[in-house]
Amino acid sequence: MRIFLSYSFSALATFIHSFLAGLISNGMFLLVTEMVITGVSLIVFLVLLCFFLGYMERRVAAFMEIRLGPNRVGPQGTLQIVADTVKLLFKEGLTPDSSDKFLFNLAPFIMVVASMLVVAPIAFAKDFQLYDINIGVLYVSAVSSISVIGILMAGWSSNNKYSLLGAMRSGAQIVSYELSVGLSLISIVILSGSLSLGDIVKSQENGWWIIKGHIPIIISFVIFVIASTAEINRAPFDLAEADQELTGGFHTEYAGMKFAMFLLSEYINLFVVSAIAATLFLGGWMPFHIGGLVSFNHIMDYIPSSLWFFGKTFLVIFIIMWFRWTFPRLRVDQLLTLEWKYLLPISMVNVIFVTVMAIMGWHL
Amino acid sequence: MRGLIGEDLLTEEGEFIINMGPQHPSTHGVLHLKIWLDGETVKRIQPNLGYIHRSIEKMSESLSYRNFIFATSRMDYLAAHVNNEACALTVEKGLQLEVPQRAKVIRTILSELTRLQSHQLWWGCTGLDLGGVTPFFYAFREREAIMEIFEETCGARLTQNYMVPGGIMYDVHPNFQKRVKDVMIQIKGKFEEYDNIMTGNVILENRLKGVGYLSKEDALSYGVTGPTARASGLSCDLRKSNPYSAYDQVQFDEILDTGGDCYARYMVRMREMRQSVSIIEQLIDNIPEGDFQAKTKNVIKLPKGEFYQRVETPRGELGVFIVSDGAASPYRIKYRSPGFSNLSALPIMAKGGKIGDLVAIMATIDLVIPDIDR
Repeated sequence: MRIFLSYSFSALATFIHSFLAGLISNGMFLLVTEMVITGVSLIVFLVLLCFFLGYMERRVAAFMEIRLGPNRVGPQGTLQIVADTVKLLFKEGLTPDSSDKFLFNLAPFIMVVASMLVVAPIAFAKDFQLYDINIGVLYVSAVSSISVIGILMAGWSSNNKYSLLGAMRSGAQIVSYELSVGLSLISIVILSGSLSLGDIVKSQENGWWIIKGHIPIIISFVIFVIASTAEINRAPFDLAEADQELTGGFHTEYAGMKFAMFLLSEYINLFVVSAIAATLFLGGWMPFHIGGLVSFNHIMDYIPSSLWFFGKTFLVIFIIMWFRWTFPRLRVDQLLTLEWKYLLPISMVNVIFVTVMAIMGWHL
Repeated sequence: MRGLIGEDLLTEEGEFIINMGPQHPSTHGVLHLKIWLDGETVKRIQPNLGYIHRSIEKMSESLSYRNFIFATSRMDYLAAHVNNEACALTVEKGLQLEVPQRAKVIRTILSELTRLQSHQLWWGCTGLDLGGVTPFFYAFREREAIMEIFEETCGARLTQNYMVPGGIMYDVHPNFQKRVKDVMIQIKGKFEEYDNIMTGNVILENRLKGVGYLSKEDALSYGVTGPTARASGLSCDLRKSNPYSAYDQVQFDEILDTGGDCYARYMVRMREMRQSVSIIEQLIDNIPEGDFQAKTKNVIKLPKGEFYQRVETPRGELGVFIVSDGAASPYRIKYRSPGFSNLSALPIMAKGGKIGDLVAIMATIDLVIPDIDR
């Protein structure tokens, strides 16, 4: 009961650990068992989350497009996505005859694994973090760029000209937009003085960075959202898919479960970038506090930290979905112009402002 | 690694050849474009036609003058009323038949409704081609109301076959006037919404401005007509220059733009929709009483000779050329379809642009493939 009152998961973790230690005496074996349990539960969680995101996307799209969206299968259409998954599972996973079969089949897994790896250092709630790596921010930006390999691999091994064009577009796009994402991350690192995501959340105890950091951090938040939308290949930056131009881009040749893997990784990526944005800029699981108002802060503390985290994450997810359903797509040269001529110079200047702010201590 | 994309797939000049279509999301049907690319830049385009050729012109030679009109609904399927009207007008010209005033006015109203719904579909598809799915649904909301009017008037939504030699097939439904007026009020209120979601968008302006330039001289020499030509400053509105049906009784502006790029073509169509609403509003309260069809013989026989009539469809100039040897079916029929001539200017418009530009150009010249192939 104490676990739920304190909204802390460390007691639960300790309980599971001591329970398993009672069963398994070998230390090495215990560690492996715990890792397997954590990994499997993470995968299940992410897949369920993607189900929900798929449903949410359809509903948000329908809301924007003056229609109803899925509302037949299950209550309010919630099981529609399950039906679709079953359909995709039973479809033939076709491998084109002239493709490079090994790379073609490997690419979807690389995509999914790359996007799942990023989840490791994210703090879902108070004391609920898979692994608080001390270089968390660096880890996130490094691992998230692995997905470009998956896309290039998929596009090139398909032996399809459209796929190749899509992969090349995506390569140029992800590599460019990573710079802006990195610079936005750096501005938070400068202010909080730590690369660990756990410490960054703790540094926002008396106010989220987006409030404490004044205009420079608002600018880097906006740049982060734009650039990470581009990095995860979502509209209006979905040039790698660009179904009206390239008939599906890098995943033109994929069908069945292999295609579903790309979809899965897209939704995990969407969740991950929103979670990072929420963690770095919007305080992660930290409740909303106003300095001086003790009773108000107390009431805010009663809202579970996981609710705070997911509330903020889904706010960012909704904004990114909003982009997708209201904007036309950019052209490939305009996409690179936006990054190299606007976002990158602005973020560079912004980092200088943030540094000055950190030195002068204006952010406190 | 056999057959993987490598040097052998480039031409000797290092060009990358892509076949866009006949099955492609943004060719709007079965158009096949062979594209020579340098990276993403389009160097050369070769349109290949004939994937939906149904030999409508040849078929018509064995059909009577009443029946051959029905095949034309399948040409430009978004403007069946206008196609039917063009054929009916040509036959009437041959018979020297005076069409009752009531039929003329109803024909004009239906033609303008056709133009409205065709432009609305084009607007939605342009959004779709540029990567925004949402406009499509907004366009279809109003288009559906117009399609319901068609359905109530003549029982069909797409291939209406309502215009016959001598007038219209049946009189309009008693609800027609009220319903059209309601829809006009609805559509007028939604233009602002259209502008909000698409016209004012920065990304859209960047995608369209300065893209796919077509000069006035090129438009003239390639025989480009309709909104595509008017966006290049070429005055070619047949409703104004050669009025037919009831177009001489209404006040409207010929929309001209001098930009010549995709944005000009976009704006011309957006402004034409407002003109169509104005034309319909002028006519809807003034439908004269009387016959809806002139008396014709059971078997129509055109006198020996050649007859030509052209009308302004939503896409440009549709010409119907009938050669008659005095028999009950035409000796030879030739349609001058707007889509074919407009498509012929695509290679010069798209040259030097990106693949995304090509899609934007195809969207703004508003191609309907069955109209090109017939």
